[in-house]
Amino acid sequence: MEIVMSVAIGLLLMAAVYLMLSKSLIRIIIGTGLLSHGAHLLLLTMGGLGGTAPPVVADGVTVGDYADPLPQALILTAIVISFAVTSFFLVLAYRAYQELGTDNMELLRGTEDYE
Amino acid sequence: MSNLLLFPVVIPLIFAAILMLFPKKLHMQRTVAIAGVVATLASALILFSKVNSDGVQAVTLGSWPAPFGISMVSDMFSVLLVLSSTIVTLFVLFYSIPTIGVKREQSFYYPAVLFLMTGVNGAFTTGDIFNLFVFIEVLLMASYALIVHGGEKPQLRESIKYLLVNIISSALFVSAVAYLYSVTGTLNMADLAVKIPQIEAVGILTVIAVLFLVVFGFKAAIFPLYFWLPGSYFAPPMAILALFGALLTKVGVYAIMRTYTLFFTMNTGFTHELLAIIAILTILAGCVGALAYFDVKKIIIYNIIIAVGVILFGISQMNAAGVEGSIFYLVHDMLIKAALFLLVGILTVIFGTSDLRKMGGLIKSYPLFGWTFLVAAFGLAGIPPLSGFPGKLLIVQGGFEGTHFWGSLVILATSLLVLLSVVRIFIYAFWGEPVKIVTIDRKHYLSMFVPTAILVALTVFLGAGAELFMPFISDAGEVLLNPSLYIDAVLKE
Repeated sequence: MEIVMSVAIGLLLMAAVYLMLSKSLIRIIIGTGLLSHGAHLLLLTMGGLGGTAPPVVADGVTVGDYADPLPQALILTAIVISFAVTSFFLVLAYRAYQELGTDNMELLRGTEDYE
Repeated sequence: MSNLLLFPVVIPLIFAAILMLFPKKLHMQRTVAIAGVVATLASALILFSKVNSDGVQAVTLGSWPAPFGISMVSDMFSVLLVLSSTIVTLFVLFYSIPTIGVKREQSFYYPAVLFLMTGVNGAFTTGDIFNLFVFIEVLLMASYALIVHGGEKPQLRESIKYLLVNIISSALFVSAVAYLYSVTGTLNMADLAVKIPQIEAVGILTVIAVLFLVVFGFKAAIFPLYFWLPGSYFAPPMAILALFGALLTKVGVYAIMRTYTLFFTMNTGFTHELLAIIAILTILAGCVGALAYFDVKKIIIYNIIIAVGVILFGISQMNAAGVEGSIFYLVHDMLIKAALFLLVGILTVIFGTSDLRKMGGLIKSYPLFGWTFLVAAFGLAGIPPLSGFPGKLLIVQGGFEGTHFWGSLVILATSLLVLLSVVRIFIYAFWGEPVKIVTIDRKHYLSMFVPTAILVALTVFLGAGAELFMPFISDAGEVLLNPSLYIDAVLKE
């Protein structure tokens, strides 16, 4: 199962990098979403996927029987953060499109004379 | 168990939440914001005296025993940084009242500053690597809001890039935490320091150490990863820029210093060598930028990068002189960078431009301002009685005692370039033919100049009274060089 997860993470990150290298801002934002999903799945997989028993100390339940609860708690935090950042990014992209009239990163390059 | 160390994190959070209730009431906003920062400063001072008398303070949230609960740890090093970041925020707040503009003030400027302070103080205080990620995200979120605050065209354009770079580095941070967790099975920094020496697979830990260097390097703007900084920091108004220049990169530097002294010490021959080389390259790259531009903002922005290199070179030596020098230089740099940005801010207001070639002859009309600027410039370059000197001296000494004497030589040589880059501002702006200046009334000028001058005076005091501060600095260095002090304080609660 861990192997399948690793391949899935690899595909997610690959798609993320491909999308983030494009010129259109909205594709870049979708790319960053995929990137953080890849990182979150990586965090889950790195803790070991484990078994199905609840992580409660009881008779006959050993460490191998339950999934490590810590990565799940960490992912919950990381997902909330990436959700907030993505929504901020979407609003920023919309405002920038309104103000600057383009979503093409080529045209958003900074120049020396800002004023 | 002492809850005292949570106050510098919680007080700004509470005040920021209160401030969000009445965004349009200008006077209330200013008073409550300043009251919040003053209260934070008071709590940081109490914490400082507590740490000074009783040693490292630690608290574990929810009273779970240490490796399981989230630890917050305050040693001398972190409390010094909390104290200086709070002082910087206070002065920047005083400076931003006359400069930031009513429109910005009425749309949640002060809450964003206080949230930024929550994140910065939290990142300095936390003792858990995932919690460090959370606090860095808190401060980044506030910085996203501040960098785009006002919504001018260059701000919108540059904040997209700033946001993108930080999202990518955050994803890398989560991945690095995942790898570290899979190898060690813990995320508590003190527990990591115990477990990492027991692991035989040094290779994988070295990879993780370098990955963390990349992650923190994005925040700290080290050599190949500083490309986003000059553009992004150019966009926001001066007060926000001063806050960013003084605090944000320093969080990355702090994180590198903490991780590379506390637990990534299993393969110093590779990791610290790499850090030393990158630090030197960072200094050189910063110098090129600082000398290349005729724009006062750009010159000081590139000086941030130089300072990051100097501090990291000190820490890469891992000896008493180098580490103490780094700590002193870090505190000095927070104060002097904020002061310089505020001074340059007054310059741009007076001339109405940030282009050096359009300035000149200001010394006749503003003599006091001119001399204050000169003192700050000398302080930055490390002219002896001023605050840059003791830190740089110790760092250079650390390099000579360690294996990197060539690095010390580079730092000495580039000090001259730093001096040249800031004195160039002085020569262009204050000497030569007077040019037409924007007339600003006395009261407005003083409200900008007084907090800046006090900040410069503080840095002079820090340098001239270095003897007074050295016991605290060596205390802080003691904890970094002797991780067992830190580990015992957290795990033997």
